[in-house]
Amino acid sequence: MFYRENGQFKTTYRADQQIFPIAQDRWAMLLIIAAAFVLVPMLSSGYMFRAILIPFLIMSLAALGVNILVGYCGQISLGSGAFMAVGAYAAFNFFVRVPGMPLLLALVLGGLCASAFGILFGLPSLRVKGLYLAVATLAAQFFSDWMFLRIKWFTHDAPSGSVSVSGLQVFGIPIESPMSKYLLCLSILAVLALLSKNLVRGAIGREWMAIRDMDVAASVIGIRPMYAKLTAFAVSSFIVGVAGALWGFIYLASWEPAAFSVDLSFKLLFMVIIGGMGSIMGAFFGAGFIVILPIFLNQFLPVLGQLVGIEVSTAGISHAELIIFGSLIVWFLIVEPHGLAKLWSTGKQKLRLWPFPH
Amino acid sequence: MKIRNIVLASVIAAASAGAFAQAKEQFFPGLPYRTGAYAPNGVPWANGYSDYLKLVNAKGGINGVKIIYEECETAYDTARGVECYERLKGKHGGATVFQPLSTGITFALTEKAPGDKIPLITAGYGRSESQDGTIFKWNFPLVGTYWLAADVLVQTIAKKEGGLDKLKGKKITLVYHDSPYGKEPISLLQERAAMHGFNLQLLPVAHPGVDQKATWLQIRQAKPDYVLLWGWGVMNSTALKEAQATGYPRDKMYGVWWSGAEPDVKDVGEGAKGYNAATMQHGAEPNSKVVKDILAMVHDKGQGTGPKEEVGQVLYMRGAMSAMLAVEGVRRAQERFGKGKWVTGEQARWGYENLALDQKKLDALGFAGVMRPVSTSCADHMGSNWARVHTWDGKKWNFSSDWLQADEQVLKPLVKKTAAKYAEDHKLTARTPADCQS
Repeated sequence: MFYRENGQFKTTYRADQQIFPIAQDRWAMLLIIAAAFVLVPMLSSGYMFRAILIPFLIMSLAALGVNILVGYCGQISLGSGAFMAVGAYAAFNFFVRVPGMPLLLALVLGGLCASAFGILFGLPSLRVKGLYLAVATLAAQFFSDWMFLRIKWFTHDAPSGSVSVSGLQVFGIPIESPMSKYLLCLSILAVLALLSKNLVRGAIGREWMAIRDMDVAASVIGIRPMYAKLTAFAVSSFIVGVAGALWGFIYLASWEPAAFSVDLSFKLLFMVIIGGMGSIMGAFFGAGFIVILPIFLNQFLPVLGQLVGIEVSTAGISHAELIIFGSLIVWFLIVEPHGLAKLWSTGKQKLRLWPFPH
Repeated sequence: MKIRNIVLASVIAAASAGAFAQAKEQFFPGLPYRTGAYAPNGVPWANGYSDYLKLVNAKGGINGVKIIYEECETAYDTARGVECYERLKGKHGGATVFQPLSTGITFALTEKAPGDKIPLITAGYGRSESQDGTIFKWNFPLVGTYWLAADVLVQTIAKKEGGLDKLKGKKITLVYHDSPYGKEPISLLQERAAMHGFNLQLLPVAHPGVDQKATWLQIRQAKPDYVLLWGWGVMNSTALKEAQATGYPRDKMYGVWWSGAEPDVKDVGEGAKGYNAATMQHGAEPNSKVVKDILAMVHDKGQGTGPKEEVGQVLYMRGAMSAMLAVEGVRRAQERFGKGKWVTGEQARWGYENLALDQKKLDALGFAGVMRPVSTSCADHMGSNWARVHTWDGKKWNFSSDWLQADEQVLKPLVKKTAAKYAEDHKLTARTPADCQS
């Protein structure tokens, strides 16, 4: 009834090529962004910001980056944790070693270093595909683990190999309070999400998708596989690298290489698969599912236990959390193999016919 | 009817929760790891910690102020630990003190604690340089750091050889967990190696440490005189089994306290006989009074957290001792800010900085024979630099050395230097004497 494009006529190509051609979508998205910038900061507590929203935003950004590579260009990567680590350590080195380095510039430079690293480890993608490529990118993971544990220069000669940052500020505004951290992450996420949405709609995005769907056919119609694959690696690693730098700088503030272990690479890949491959929206759903659901379960289970009069032990909660979380993943993948984003678009489709479905 | 009952019940529950909040009980949060790769070591520690707090409550609390204890499982994951910290820090009127029990989480919380004004106790682990309280105002590596452990182990080896000067030309190999935890002792050992002219070989083992064939092959080739083990969890038993397989004498192996508890050796049993490890003021003391008290007042009442057999074991004692230090800091703070009153994290910090646990107090608490007196100050957040070494006889741990004191001449410059570097990186200035009084 409400969600219908009847009567919205497009008279120019420009109007037809918008990100959201349907007016309701446009308004809904503007409302969501406005709420995220204005309403959420007014309503949230410190815990909400620091433990839920900030990791959710940063992981969404990382999943967005991985989605470009895996979902749009079809190159399965298990090296995302390494790209995050390179972003974080590169930004750290620029930030600490160059006096007066602004935070935003350090983040961008970190992203660029991750991008270069991504291109380097993307080279095998020109020869190997699918699962073999996943194994090849795993090498990036082990290489980065080794590099940041062994080469002292990268960790600024810290005796324990753990690094930390402090005194962050952007344009003279200190990034200390949870709200300022949240707003910084949100702004970066909003800009990069808009950028990637436009990239995947444009010529380059179509090249990526052509390569994903059938690389031989794509090269026959004149798409250069090398260019398309390596740009996907570069763009994806840049975004993942910025997310890694934010994860280190904003969320952890002090970190060791174990913070970017192979577990994180797997988690990011799961976010993309569960959220929906080849969908910008999917990155947000996937990050929400992987980041927020375990924390929710962890807090909800003891309350549930109390209601039925059982005191659940700490280990019990933790085990139950893993069991429920695991079964939910399996259930979602069986019910909707295309991810949560597909559920979202099915929901929208249904809403168009509501309340008179044929 | 049913809905009304539920509503009534929840209203009563909420009201009683409110009443509890008014009574102001001292809240001690816990960040244990009872699951994951390191659970075998994490569980006894957490049980000891929780049992000791129960014992304090059974004895009437801290001058009448009861303790609330709540755990949040971290599984040794730094990101999860940070979430747990954020979740617990504001509960029940505010957390008194955090004990992160993980080097990674300690590093992350070191950046957050000053802003939240909550002290961190990292008894025996964490940043070794945080001993310098003039720079690390909120960190308390009470009764020991990894540097202290390494120093004591070097001294023990020297004693066995007949003096520090006899170490010249000896070969000592450090087999370590490849993480900030495992790397902590390296700078101290290098310092000592330069002083005494022994040869230090560094052999990292990747997490989780089940694959050490290559490491022990290198040891077989190099034939070091001694092996120091900075391992953890499954890495320790693997190392001991590999030592057995390569025929390296176990009595020439020395572990840090994370490598010297029952879970580390019991799978190897007889094969680990003669293996030594440092204990930092804890250790299996099944006959001490505190153990008997816990058994009588907690376990016999059916309130024990874990199995009864583990009470008095090495890591259990470590947990109980850490809890005792946390409680005694609050008791000390009450002396200044009002006896029998609830103290804030900031006030508790003063208590930890001015701990004065003499032998008489320790005896009264039941820790006679377990540990030595502790007294902290603004400049020294460690409070005591004594440790002992114990040896596995195939069935249990026995103390095999007297109390050994770490050499301040070696430790202090290193602490000063590293803390100064931290201060420089973070643009911190050392606390003034006036600030020390506050």
